[in-house]
Amino acid sequence: MTDPEILRYTQETGDFSRMMESIPYASWIGLQCDRFGDDLIFRLPAKEENLGNPILPAIHGGVIGGFMEMSAAIYLIMSQDTFRMPRIVDFSLDYLRAGLNRETYAECRLTRQGNRVANVMISAWQKSRSQPIATARAHFLLED
Amino acid sequence: MNDETRINRVNRFISTLNQARELGLNATDAGEGYLVMELPYSDRIIGNPDTGVIHGGAITTLMDTASGSVMICGLDEFELCPTLDLRVDYMRPAEPRKPVYARAETYKITRNIIFTRCEAYQEGGETIANCVGTFMRIGKEATPKSYRDLITGGEE
Repeated sequence: MTDPEILRYTQETGDFSRMMESIPYASWIGLQCDRFGDDLIFRLPAKEENLGNPILPAIHGGVIGGFMEMSAAIYLIMSQDTFRMPRIVDFSLDYLRAGLNRETYAECRLTRQGNRVANVMISAWQKSRSQPIATARAHFLLED
Repeated sequence: MNDETRINRVNRFISTLNQARELGLNATDAGEGYLVMELPYSDRIIGNPDTGVIHGGAITTLMDTASGSVMICGLDEFELCPTLDLRVDYMRPAEPRKPVYARAETYKITRNIIFTRCEAYQEGGETIANCVGTFMRIGKEATPKSYRDLITGGEE
C-alpha cells in the first residue's frame, strides 16, 4: 500500500490487482476493486473462510467490517492528490441485514476532508444498492 | 454455571464460525458476564507489509467475536444474538508478532437488547482499541435446538 510504484500503476491503469496483492489482509479476505470513471466499487466475492453464523450461513460481521474499513482506506488513498497514508481513528458500523454467502459490494463517500482528518461514509450491499446490509462511517488521520 | 463451562461453551460456539477458526481465535478466560479472547499473530492478517502491523479489520473481527460471544457468559441458556452495531476506537497499532487479547463484558442485558463493552490490548501493553456494541435478542427458539445442544455440549 505504501509502494509509490504500485500506487502510480494503480492510478494510471485502474487495475487494483497489484495493490491488493501487496496487502496481505486484503488478499486474505479476497477484497477486489473496480474503477468506473472516477468511481470505485469494492467487491468481496463469496468465500467459505469468511463465514460466521453457520446456520444461515452468513458472512462474519467482523469480515464485513474489515472489508468496509479497508475499502474506505483505499478509497481515501486514491482520492488524495499526493500520497498520504490514512490511519484509522474510529469506525462505527450498523448491521442492517444478514450478509449471506454471496458476493458483497461497497462504495465510499468522502463526507468531509480536513487538513488532517477525513470522514468517510461506507455502504455495503449484496442484492441491491437500495438494500444495504451494513453502513459505516470512519474517521482517518492523514499523515504525510 | 461455572467458569469452565463458560469457556467451553464460548470455544464450542466460535469453533462453528469459519472466520474465527481461520483466525485461530480462542477464549482463554471467562467469568460471569465477561470473557477474554486471544487473536494469535499471523502474516495473513497484516495490513501494512512495511511494518508487519495487522489490519484493523482483524481487530474488528476479534472484538465482534468476543462481544458477540460474551452473552454466553451472561445468560444461562445459549442464544444467538445478531450484532446491531459496533463502534470501534483505535488507540494505537498492535505490536507485530504478538497476540492481541480482547476482554469483553455485558454491561447491561435487557429483554430485547444486550449492551457490550470490549477492550483490545497486548501483554503488558496499553490499550489498542475500545469497542462498544449492541446485540439483538431474538430468543433461543430462533436457533435450532440441535445447534444449541452442540454449544452446550449436552453438559446439562
